[in-house]
Amino acid sequence: MTVKHHPSEALLLAYAAGHLGEGLSLLMATHLTYCPDCRAAVAEAEAVGGAVMEESAPVVMRDGALDALLGRLDAPAPEARRPAPPSVTRRRPASSPARAVQGGIALPAPLKSYVSDLAGARWQWVGPGVRQLDLMQRPRGRDTARMLRIAPGRVLPHHGHEGLELTVVLQGSFTDEQGRFTAGDLAEIDRDGSHQPIADSGEDCICIIGTDAPLRFSGWVPRMMAPMMGF
Amino acid sequence: TSVAMDGEALAGMVRSIAEHRDQTAFVRLFEHFGPRIKGFLMRQGASDSEADDLAQDVMLTVWRKAGQFDPVKAAASTWIFTIARNRRIDVLRRERRPEPDANDPLLVGEPEPCAETQMSTAQIQVRIREAMATLPPEQVEVLTLSFFEDISHSDIADRLGIPLGTVKSRLRLAFRKVKALVGDEFA
Ligand SMILES: [Zn+2]
Ligand SMILES: [Zn+2]
Repeated sequence: MTVKHHPSEALLLAYAAGHLGEGLSLLMATHLTYCPDCRAAVAEAEAVGGAVMEESAPVVMRDGALDALLGRLDAPAPEARRPAPPSVTRRRPASSPARAVQGGIALPAPLKSYVSDLAGARWQWVGPGVRQLDLMQRPRGRDTARMLRIAPGRVLPHHGHEGLELTVVLQGSFTDEQGRFTAGDLAEIDRDGSHQPIADSGEDCICIIGTDAPLRFSGWVPRMMAPMMGF
Repeated sequence: TSVAMDGEALAGMVRSIAEHRDQTAFVRLFEHFGPRIKGFLMRQGASDSEADDLAQDVMLTVWRKAGQFDPVKAAASTWIFTIARNRRIDVLRRERRPEPDANDPLLVGEPEPCAETQMSTAQIQVRIREAMATLPPEQVEVLTLSFFEDISHSDIADRLGIPLGTVKSRLRLAFRKVKALVGDEFA
């Protein structure tokens, strides 16, 4: 896998600083799985974060803080909280195979806690040749994350963005105004950008898309599609 | 330099906690980092008491997870920064923070670093601080704001009254300068 498209420095920094919401962080973690260069850049940004923290003006801790803490040192650590298992992976009964997708792909670890069984997942029809899987069923923040499966040659509606939109390709490829994106690549579009992606290889393009604000669709067909896609 | 000694000394204290459950080392780490973590969290918008509670939680995690600290991978201040960051996301935002998994069979590995040329992470930390001291003020401003303020880069642009593209290009320049001065230690 040769990754050609990477997040901007600003985005790497926002991830390292902890300012990205859960959806965009999921997109970053997926790209980082495939990209040692960006993992190194995040490590560097974290070191900058350590330096910034080290040099921030100290604020006196409240009276007795140290004693209280020393009293807690030998208390047993609480059980690590495990997130509830994702509900998107419920198998559909065998009588409705239409939405089952054959041939799952290997998922990187960060995605696995959001969708553990791709083949048995409940894909949602959003338009001709386009199906999606909502990855964040109970979002706490404003981020969204979804997996899209786009048939070869299909075009996604042209749209603009109120905030950041990140896309990471897992299989196949797509091309938009920024270039051609294949497995591992991350596409980053900020609030000033708009584009029209087209799946352009012989197999389905499977990608994940995360946003921190709703998308803006132009034209009446896309506007009809917007509510269906949950954007 | 003395700062490098500090970095090595801080890493040594974490090791001493891991290996000997050394409470004296813990008290020294607390006195150094506790107020800094608190100040950092308050500049990120936490209230005085939230920041105090969080800083105590972070130091408790330092005590419990000292055995996971790897001085080859990160300076003590970097490691503690990541604990504070994750704790803040967990408690104040109640969100998860997906991260790549080092044991993931799909993880694409990095080329082996050349051992002879490697600086210690404490030395790298000193170089980073030196590099930051040489940056133009407007680059330091966006770099620092990016860590302190829990706001997006668009908000930073609005706050400073400059275009988003300018925020991004200042960050890019700052990052490249730091990288150039620190060397290829992270690559
Ligand atoms: Zn990358
Ligand atoms: Zn888009």
